Amino acid sequence: MNAAHYEYVRRLGDNALVLGQRLSEWCGHSPFLEEDIAMANTALDLIGRARMLYTHAAALEGRGRDEDALAYGRDEREFGNFLMCELPKGDYAFTLVRQYLLDVYHHRLFTALTTSRDETLAAIAAKAVKEAAYHLRRSGDWVVRLGDGTDESRDRCQAALDELWGYTDELFAGDAVDAAMAEAGIGVAPASLAEGWRAEVEALFDRAQLALPRDDWQASGGRAGLHTEHMGRLLAELQFVPRAYPGARW
Amino acid sequence: MSSKHLPLWEVFIRSRRGLDHKHIGSLHAADPEQALQAARDTYTRRQEGVSIWVVRSSDIHASQFEDEAAFFDPAADKIYRHPTFYDVPEELKL
Amino acid sequence: MADQPLTDPLARFERTIAAEEKIEPRDWMPDKYRQNLIRQISQHAHSEVVGQLPEGNWITRAPSLRRKAILLAKVQDEAGHGLYLYSAAETLGVSREQMLDDLLSGKAKYASIFNYPTLSWADVGAIGWLVDGAAIVNQISLCRTSYGPYARAMVRICKEESFHQRQGFEIMQTLAAGTPEQKAMAQDALDRWWWPTLMMFGPHDAESAHSQQSMQWKIKRQSNDELRQKFVDQTALQAAHIGLVIPDPELKWNEARGHYDFGEIDWEEFNRVLNGHGPCNRARLAARRKAHEDGQWVRDAMMAHADKEAARARGVAA
Repeated sequence: MNAAHYEYVRRLGDNALVLGQRLSEWCGHSPFLEEDIAMANTALDLIGRARMLYTHAAALEGRGRDEDALAYGRDEREFGNFLMCELPKGDYAFTLVRQYLLDVYHHRLFTALTTSRDETLAAIAAKAVKEAAYHLRRSGDWVVRLGDGTDESRDRCQAALDELWGYTDELFAGDAVDAAMAEAGIGVAPASLAEGWRAEVEALFDRAQLALPRDDWQASGGRAGLHTEHMGRLLAELQFVPRAYPGARW
Repeated sequence: MSSKHLPLWEVFIRSRRGLDHKHIGSLHAADPEQALQAARDTYTRRQEGVSIWVVRSSDIHASQFEDEAAFFDPAADKIYRHPTFYDVPEELKL
Repeated sequence: MADQPLTDPLARFERTIAAEEKIEPRDWMPDKYRQNLIRQISQHAHSEVVGQLPEGNWITRAPSLRRKAILLAKVQDEAGHGLYLYSAAETLGVSREQMLDDLLSGKAKYASIFNYPTLSWADVGAIGWLVDGAAIVNQISLCRTSYGPYARAMVRICKEESFHQRQGFEIMQTLAAGTPEQKAMAQDALDRWWWPTLMMFGPHDAESAHSQQSMQWKIKRQSNDELRQKFVDQTALQAAHIGLVIPDPELKWNEARGHYDFGEIDWEEFNRVLNGHGPCNRARLAARRKAHEDGQWVRDAMMAHADKEAARARGVAA
């Protein structure tokens, strides 16, 4: 039970950290100054969320680890984030379509988790749901903007959506950990989020004049630590300093 | 395309309930919703506000430097508009 | 002349400056004052924007989540400061686009300090402690500059910037008290950033091209050498406190002056980097150009969408 509880909370942290890491790559390189600032705000929310979730997970684990031990001391097979989070940032359309798909998911997930029997998790969710509401307002707005904007922006958005769609099934395909946590009233069964998520994104893509891709391929494996080849490089970069100087404090 | 560059917006923030919105800076955005979001992301990172107004800079009409004398100097001699002009007994708390 | 204002505008401008009152955007001002301000403010804005890059280089590699969040927030602040300053410059009648064009074409300058590379995590500490420390000395002085929008931007920037130097110092302090490798890393960063930081204050007063006029108009309030001295005095104490050695054998307290004496800057290097031969001049501009060019389709799409929305709204109204 405790192992599953730890795993569940830590995986939520993995998603936040890995996505936040990808978003932070835009800092100083986005299409205009206002976006440098806005994108960094979202990345900061995600990194903050990862820290809270890791701290809680480490306490549940009870082995004396802390947020940094979890972020910097695990290898890729031990990370349970969705594959979608680790994909390279791509162009601005890719980054924003991914953000939108995950914002809808997280907004719904954390709304449900506010009533978790794990009070710490419920408190983290209450904070996360406010952040996610703003992230969603922003990313949804952007998807409509880019879908409706120019031929080029619509093509880029559509290409991003086509590429990302194959990674969305994974969001709802829970495993034994998810089932146990849902059963215990601590977590949410991912499948229960699928219908609402799908209706919401379909409505927005319709407004954005983007075609919903066919469900002809689906990749998964993130929960089980079976990642894309991008993940190792992301971690190599993220963990380089503490790994090069073992035992040092920063 | 009719407009090439992102227009300029002026940002006004109410820092606390009970206070006026105050001009705090400007930014570039394509439309009101984006201007609001950019204002939120740029100007309230340290909890500086509880409410935001954005106004397209080109919609602001301002008095000019040349107007200064005609607009504002004539008020200078209307000292009877100020309470300190009047000589009343202090103890009556008027 | 028939349209001669009641008071001579130049006399009035000079009276306003002499009375320590601010000049505001719609006021009459000498062309040279305007040009001087546009040059200085936009250069300052460019420095903030290019300044995102050297530290941004370490966001994805920050050694703890706490440091990562702090660094990201800090680099984001630089972007914000760039935005405040571009806005201040825009009140003088120059557009953001024009200023960006000048930066990307290499016509406009930015602080040379950002043409040095960040080679280790300690460089992030050194930039916060030294570069931001130097910037703050300069910016505090600029809070009293004579142009209203510039002064207001500076007040805001100084308020936000106060955590930047502290986080940098905290990084250095932690490293200096850490393992021998960490202390060596911190010392190496100090060795590399010290002199370029002193160069940030610009040429000696006697050789500064824009200084005299700027002082007269109260755009600048203290001279390059005064500000540099102030920075050296405060930083010498801080370095000693954490046990790092400032790489200047001539650095010594001078009781009679009440200041630290320090060695002469290598002005050849100063000019070399200023003229484009620093280690990262090309990379910094290339990164800014790439971000701008890659973002073109995004900005086009935004405007196209806004135009379409406006047209749709008119269609509904009609």
